[in-house]
Amino acid sequence: MSEERENVIVTENLTRRFKKVTAVKGLNLTVRQGEVFGLVGPDGAGKTTTIRMLCTIMDPTEGSARVAGFDTVAESKQIKRRIGYMAQRFNLYDDLSVLENLDFFADVFQVPRRVRKRRKERLLQFARLAEFRQRRAAHLSGGMQKKLALACTLIHQPEIVFLDEPTTGVDPVSRREFWDILTELHLQGITIFVSTPYMDEAERCSRVGLMYRGRMIVYGAPDRIKGLVAGELLELRTANPRRAEEVIGQSEGVLETQTYGDLLRVFVDSVTRRQDSLQETLAAAGIEVIGLRQTRPRMEEAFISLIRRQMEGAKGQPAESER
Amino acid sequence: MARNTQHATRVNNHAVQAISLTKKFGDFTAVDGVTFTIERGAIFGFLGPNGAGKTTTIRMLLGLLQPTSGEATVLGFDIVEQTAEIKKRIGYMSQRFSLYNDLTVDENLNFFGGTYGVRGQRLQQRKAYVLGMAGLQGRERELTKNLSGGWRQRLALGCAILHEPEMLFLDEPTAGVDPISRRDFWDLLYGLADEGRTVFVTTHYMDEAEHCHRLAFIQRGRLAALGSPEEIKTNKMRGQVLEIDCTAPEVAMGALRTAGLFDEVSLYGALIHVVAKGVEAHRPRIEAALREAGVDLRSMDIIAPSLEDVFIASVREQE
Repeated sequence: MSEERENVIVTENLTRRFKKVTAVKGLNLTVRQGEVFGLVGPDGAGKTTTIRMLCTIMDPTEGSARVAGFDTVAESKQIKRRIGYMAQRFNLYDDLSVLENLDFFADVFQVPRRVRKRRKERLLQFARLAEFRQRRAAHLSGGMQKKLALACTLIHQPEIVFLDEPTTGVDPVSRREFWDILTELHLQGITIFVSTPYMDEAERCSRVGLMYRGRMIVYGAPDRIKGLVAGELLELRTANPRRAEEVIGQSEGVLETQTYGDLLRVFVDSVTRRQDSLQETLAAAGIEVIGLRQTRPRMEEAFISLIRRQMEGAKGQPAESER
Repeated sequence: MARNTQHATRVNNHAVQAISLTKKFGDFTAVDGVTFTIERGAIFGFLGPNGAGKTTTIRMLLGLLQPTSGEATVLGFDIVEQTAEIKKRIGYMSQRFSLYNDLTVDENLNFFGGTYGVRGQRLQQRKAYVLGMAGLQGRERELTKNLSGGWRQRLALGCAILHEPEMLFLDEPTAGVDPISRRDFWDLLYGLADEGRTVFVTTHYMDEAEHCHRLAFIQRGRLAALGSPEEIKTNKMRGQVLEIDCTAPEVAMGALRTAGLFDEVSLYGALIHVVAKGVEAHRPRIEAALREAGVDLRSMDIIAPSLEDVFIASVREQE
């Protein structure tokens, strides 16, 4: 956390209202140069709207944002030259080859002819697409299309890249490969601002911001966010997790439970103090325990726990963003 | 549920039976001699890398695409000869949810009701059920395009089950959906399976795959594995998985890859998984490599492989 690092994204009370909904409410956020900043949150939390405002595609209703030192409304031209933006449905040209797509985006961003060839080669190597250079985009697999989209986003050598759910619909191997590429970008000092529904990806970011109903409810390093969930975690495997949840949900020392498939995750104040008594309670209720182990909470559990708290806190009071 | 079944003869009682199913596009074999069966009432997960042949297989089973060779039945009906019988009894949710974005929630339900021949009193009942299931009561008049991803996804599922199909085909139904909505969605799928409906689902989330009754793993058009999640993990995984918790995981991963000792080194969030046979013997060398890279080791344990470990190992093996 060196203080000398420049803040390359700064927002002040950034707000965007649509007719009936306030999509983003009073966002105050700073992103430092060279960070990988991950934006997570349930559908409709305002992630895409935030990215679109930072990329100067949409003006805020209130508040302001500076990106790479420029104002997103008054100086959008300067920003556009310095950033790359990969939208959720980034438009590649299906009929064009890999190389032709790169050429097209080089034209759009007015990349000087003399540097193009070398830069394209470098990007092809970088995105592991060199052997597919002549293939039409339509005939690339989903994972390769995403890598090509990323390469196109990088053609003008932006200082900051904005990626809106770049790995949605991508298989686990390609997803890892995509993140290995992002890691290389990160090591080159490029700032990465990425939204994702994958919590394991969020865990790879320098800092993560969790949005809910237009507000940033928490942001910080992944370890800090995971640290916000109280207690220790037990993972219970059973044929009937919902019954198990009913049986032990109210037991002493149980702070929170989360079911998923045949798993029940139980947060307790102390595993050493509670494990035996929980097992006894389950046995007494006739619930067979297939497996029980202590594990470290991951981003996924933290996400669910923090969002649930918000949902419960919002109950009873009228929700502004609900239509 | 089983309406109009008496008019057609069913050749067997499996939800799906595919024998050497093959589809070629020119020189390219998208699906290559795939054989499997699905029991009724099961949640069957169909996994594989992008471009492995998952969607092509679904399209053949739905009767949208004719196989080049091989055969299959869905709910006992032949996928070439009896597609009309199949279409009546199945629901399909495609990758892009196939909703009409310019229609309201209610209009979409009416539209799909019309397509599937659900009318009058029954349509009203079914709509009420679907709105309840999807948590969309009170939002009937909203335009579909104004719904966020999780809601649209539940509406799409609702449209696919409006006619109470015996079997559902879901092609990446949870792509891009947040963790809470994904869990809610899977609870709905369990509910449908409990009613005896069969669910055929593709997904890239390996944690979801862990929760299927049975799985098929398709790679380059061929079936690479078939069985329950436990069976696949036991049979397909060669070597053990060592989970490493340390500082600077990206640096550590680089160091371990450079050391070249292992078949597979990959990041799981902030943890590193290393796959090797007799991985225990490598502990000292791992410790040394990490020390050299200036990384502090917090813990290192052999863990049961997850499906994601198996998936990655299996894909890398083919490469």
